[in-house]
Amino acid sequence: MEILSNLALGFGVALSPFNLLMCLVGVLLGTLIGVLPGVGPVATIAMLLPITFNLNPIAALIMLAGIYYGAQYGGSTTAILVNIPGESSSVVTCLDGYQMARQGRAGPALATAAIGSFFAGCVATLIVAMFAPPLAEVALKFGPSEYFSLMVLGLVAAVVLAHGSLVKAIGMVILGLMLGLVGTDVNSGVLRFAFGVSELADGIGFVTVAMGMFGLAEIIANLEQTGHREVFTSKVGKLMPSKEDWKRIVGPILRGTFLGSALGILPGGGALLASFGAYTLEKKVSKNSAQFGKGAIEGVAAPEAANNAGAQTSFIPLLTLGIPSNAVMALMIGAMMIQGIAPGPQVMTERPQLFWGMIASMWIGNLMLVVLNLPLIGIWIKLLTVPYRLLYPSILVFMAIGVFSLSNNPFDVFLMALFGLLGYVCVKLECEPAPMILGFILGPLMEENLRRAMLLSRGDPLVFFQKPISASFLIVSIILLVIIALPNIRKKREEVFVEET
Amino acid sequence: MVIKSPKDFWAGVMFVTFGAGMAGIALNNYQMGSAVRMGPAYFPAVLGGILAALGLILLLRAFALKGEKVAAFHFRPLLFILVACLAFAYTLKLLGLIGATLLLVFISAYGGHEFKWKEVAILYVALIIFSVLVFVKGLTLPFQICPAIIEDFCRF
Repeated sequence: MEILSNLALGFGVALSPFNLLMCLVGVLLGTLIGVLPGVGPVATIAMLLPITFNLNPIAALIMLAGIYYGAQYGGSTTAILVNIPGESSSVVTCLDGYQMARQGRAGPALATAAIGSFFAGCVATLIVAMFAPPLAEVALKFGPSEYFSLMVLGLVAAVVLAHGSLVKAIGMVILGLMLGLVGTDVNSGVLRFAFGVSELADGIGFVTVAMGMFGLAEIIANLEQTGHREVFTSKVGKLMPSKEDWKRIVGPILRGTFLGSALGILPGGGALLASFGAYTLEKKVSKNSAQFGKGAIEGVAAPEAANNAGAQTSFIPLLTLGIPSNAVMALMIGAMMIQGIAPGPQVMTERPQLFWGMIASMWIGNLMLVVLNLPLIGIWIKLLTVPYRLLYPSILVFMAIGVFSLSNNPFDVFLMALFGLLGYVCVKLECEPAPMILGFILGPLMEENLRRAMLLSRGDPLVFFQKPISASFLIVSIILLVIIALPNIRKKREEVFVEET
Repeated sequence: MVIKSPKDFWAGVMFVTFGAGMAGIALNNYQMGSAVRMGPAYFPAVLGGILAALGLILLLRAFALKGEKVAAFHFRPLLFILVACLAFAYTLKLLGLIGATLLLVFISAYGGHEFKWKEVAILYVALIIFSVLVFVKGLTLPFQICPAIIEDFCRF
């Protein structure tokens, strides 16, 4: 059993006192920031990224992964108690979770979310451990044309999953790809789009872009709303679900876990798609479907299990192919690059301790979440009552310090402000930033692989269709685009997003 | 010609400007190369072209299909938040972390709906203590804590 020895290696790494501590710190910080309304996981990770710079790569990635599922979990707490999704993947949790809170059943809703997430996390960790190695094997055989086509597929999938207009989403991806090209061209050494600014020679830092587009733009957009939020703090009540509840949540958690795991692996997938999918499925198969939207516990259990499973399995394409499937994974890739690790299939063979240590830490992190968060829920609730007018200057201080410390240069903060402006304009024009950040990370990789593939094929663009794997990626991409462009499916897709938001 | 969908229209304008602009810069300044050996201009020029084309589609659609208005820009938070960040960045060397954070906190807080001097002052003190302890002492970020003029007086 190779997988057992691999997992043993991983647990050996992850259970070292220092890594355990980093995992704990990550989970706690992630939950802490994730609980704050209006701060999603992308902004959370971008904000906390600078504190991992001084760590060794293993500890840094373990901490970042901890921050990610901590933020994910914190987001569902906010969704249940305040009806504000801390992140897009807990949008569906709002529907029934908040209704449960209004009925005085916030406790069981929170516990269900925690239990569902933990179970899903356990299963998904196993799935990552089982599927990552064979996939990495396959990926080792990929040439430049396969990589290029895979990235096309990933970007197309991200576009399909974006809300709203398809054309705008594709535009945002391309905008991201182009912004990713700023800086020195590796092939020719030519400085591109630097406009004489020496700081741009190394390109635009992705942390800067992410903090501006997500962090700053979110704060500015939040400040527009004067609305008063109603927090159900006093009525959390007892936590443990009743016997009746347990019976009702077992099925949804199982279905949510498996659906979520499957959807998380897909390029462009991840937590968001998983939670939407699981909620829709549960609404169809449940006996209590009439109660959905009115406080059905199934409507909390299924999407929460699914989004955690999806969050976990979306590490598979990252770890094996080096291709991020969503904005959070794009940040993780950026973090790996900062640590000097080239993401890709070679990570598993060349740095098994990092690879398996990270997988083992996912399980440990999930355990920590359950053990810590249920008792700590009182503290998280206190945080929710902190008014936003005190929160956002604090967030700004941490973002400014973090971005400034990237290179000790005010220029990075200037860039962040610029991307904050762009992000705000995009919010107003309904252009989603998530596909852009994905394009931004993939821009240089795509160009590099395109160049190599074309060089190998002597300039014949048909090469992408002559290799079977590459061709199938492209064909799937085309099918996806065609399907989504069909009028009746487009209508359905719009309905789904309208209904859920 | 009436713009029926302002959101699409302005998104189109943005895409056309970015796409055509960057493709233009690439074509004029860098080598195009050939499909076999792509020069530094090749990929950005192609992408820029596609982006501009998508922008054009949006522009045309904005005249044909009815869509939503662009929600009003709220310039107060926008301006104050951005200025606060810039003030922090460009005064950090001169005023130290203490001074730069003061500017950041007060300017950004002033951009919100409610501004209470006392509350913001307490927040600032809490934040600066936390930042010095965690970022400068704990994470050893090379920040100067005090303003440059009185730096010698406050080594701690």
